[in-house]
Amino acid sequence: MAHELPGDSKLLQDYRFGFVTDIAAEAFPKGLNEVVVRLISAKKGEPGWMTDWRLAAYRHWLTLREPHWARADYPPIDYQASYYYSAPRQRPGKPGEMDPELAKTFEKLGVPLHERGGLAGFAVDAVFDSVSVSTTQRERLKKQGIIFCSMSEAIREHGDLVRQYLGSVVPPTDNFFAALNSAVFTDGSFCYIPRGVRCPIELSTYFRINALRTGQFERTLIIAEPESFVSYIEGCTAPARDENQLHAAIVELVALEGARIKYSTVQNWFAGDAEGKGGIYNFVTKRGHCRGARSHISWTQVEVGAAITWKYPSVILEGADSVGEFYSVAFTHDRMQADTGTKMIHLGPRTRSTIVSKGISAGRSANTYRGLVKILPAATGARNHTRCDSMLIGSQCSANTFPVIESRNATAITEHEATTSRISEEQLFYLRSRGLDEEAATALIVHGFCKEVLKELPMEFAVEAVKLLELKLEHSVG
Amino acid sequence: MSAAAEFELRNLRVRNGTKEILRGVDLTLQRGETHALMGPNGSGKSTLANVIMGHPDYEVTGGDILFRGRSLLGLAPEERARLGVFLAFQYPVAVPGVSVARFLKAAVEAVRGKSTGGAGGFLKGVREQMKFLEITEAFLDRGLNEGFSGGEKKRLEILQMLLLKPALGVLDETDSGLDIDALRIVAEGVNRLRGPDLTLLVITHYERLLKLIEPDHLHVLMNGRIVFSGGPEAVKKLEEHGYDWIREQVGAEAG
Repeated sequence: MAHELPGDSKLLQDYRFGFVTDIAAEAFPKGLNEVVVRLISAKKGEPGWMTDWRLAAYRHWLTLREPHWARADYPPIDYQASYYYSAPRQRPGKPGEMDPELAKTFEKLGVPLHERGGLAGFAVDAVFDSVSVSTTQRERLKKQGIIFCSMSEAIREHGDLVRQYLGSVVPPTDNFFAALNSAVFTDGSFCYIPRGVRCPIELSTYFRINALRTGQFERTLIIAEPESFVSYIEGCTAPARDENQLHAAIVELVALEGARIKYSTVQNWFAGDAEGKGGIYNFVTKRGHCRGARSHISWTQVEVGAAITWKYPSVILEGADSVGEFYSVAFTHDRMQADTGTKMIHLGPRTRSTIVSKGISAGRSANTYRGLVKILPAATGARNHTRCDSMLIGSQCSANTFPVIESRNATAITEHEATTSRISEEQLFYLRSRGLDEEAATALIVHGFCKEVLKELPMEFAVEAVKLLELKLEHSVG
Repeated sequence: MSAAAEFELRNLRVRNGTKEILRGVDLTLQRGETHALMGPNGSGKSTLANVIMGHPDYEVTGGDILFRGRSLLGLAPEERARLGVFLAFQYPVAVPGVSVARFLKAAVEAVRGKSTGGAGGFLKGVREQMKFLEITEAFLDRGLNEGFSGGEKKRLEILQMLLLKPALGVLDETDSGLDIDALRIVAEGVNRLRGPDLTLLVITHYERLLKLIEPDHLHVLMNGRIVFSGGPEAVKKLEEHGYDWIREQVGAEAG
């Protein structure tokens, strides 16, 4: 059958985010050492405690080894060959004064940075290489006491909050990439929702890697005070280049009593060409902490890009009756490798978690779900429901599932369901007999397969995610 | 003959793997006619239906399938559908997570080659047909054929036929697994579409459907060949005497 073909190199041409912005940039010398760490901190005008925090992380990083337990093959990364800071030379003050090239770039990416004429229901923080270049809707949010700004600004302007929470969910010592990020992170988004406030619009960050051989190390911190709510969206793209680029981000979420954080991602980093040349290494640590009783954190991710994905958005369920959710669609094609999943750590009584993972592999890609559900002795009456489904398109791809459940409380209930399937000839024939071509039929089947996850995305975002998924499928089938 | 027949099978030979299933089938349907195709289990009826639609598992080794004088061989199933060929499946497959509403809209748009506009206007037309087929509203939000009863699946097949308005409809044992009420509803649905623009091939095991959808001609398929063709009066004869008298007529060959 036609869909036995490996992926389509047309995808490379059609990765419509693969352009490069020609903009004067200021970059530090290549390589990583204490001087570079200090330079980054100085460049951002950080207080001494922040510089020390970075240096401690850097020194710890030197003692660690790059982890290779994931099901992903890649040569050792030369950390001295990368640039750790690159910023557009002309820093904008207000969005109105933004460099026209930058404004054009985000316009091409479909990211609205105008205060008016943009999407009224969104506030956007736009991160270009190492710096945040624009944050919209801030005044509107400020009226409700919501802080939404770049991480650099937060360190300068809201030092107490940052100092209290930064690294409190993902400590610098957490893992190799977390230590690296803590030492050299250059920007990201900061968001603070005061007690009892329901954030009226979607907050979002758009990450763009532009410069060559530059790692992007962003850091996002979201704090939801008691009884507050926020829905946060993250999107990312990068130019199509022959060389691999490292993206090692950290996202920390803190939900206090009765607070709810909904975090949605559509990850569309450049995935490399049909032969696996180029693409982003997406090595990300994302973790939420349900610190208060009845708090609720939910991760929804649609992963359709990156050469390698190493990412396990997790929730620590400490508060009694807190809820953690993980909904994931991971689509791999050509030579992509994804090792992704979640960890749900149940500490508090009656904590509940739900995991729904849908992996779709095409071409010669490898797609792995790796999950841990850990129930500690105090988590009386904890519950977890896990559902992992894998779908294979063609015969040269692979799917793996590594679900681990560790329960140390006999009253806990865990359920696990898993399936692996191929798109069946009968389904295709049925849909084709109704006039749909093979691509459209496959897209419909995959859409149905992912439905449980897609319905968790905010409405407008879901429409975009479905379009993106269909576009990717179109080029991997037939 | 001056004008080409609406639909024609010419000495059609079909293989599935190494097994020859159709061994030279000839059949001609004029526009607007309804033909019934009967035959015992394993005679090749369902193969015939699937081959008309272009199922990839079957290999046509000889002969031709002509629709309005044009060969369908070499056309993908979706191309046949867009020309106006429709198959009501004996065992419609489930496509989990794809809602009936979404599927119907995609199918109608694919066959017509244009958008049906907003979902609201489209669904209004769908609801009217659903009412006729006694299908409840909740049906639209369910996954396609997911957990459907046999009767629900068959009704959905007929609903699709009513919406797609094919020129050639092939019903593959649409009556199997239906109780008498469901059978009546399904038959009324089919009859609703009958007229000079619809040519029908009704494949069935049982005469009871043919009392509700009266054919103009009846054919019997045995061992991959048409062994008997007659008028509607043959329905009654088959009901009373089964296939034995045909077997006797054609002798050992039909085996």
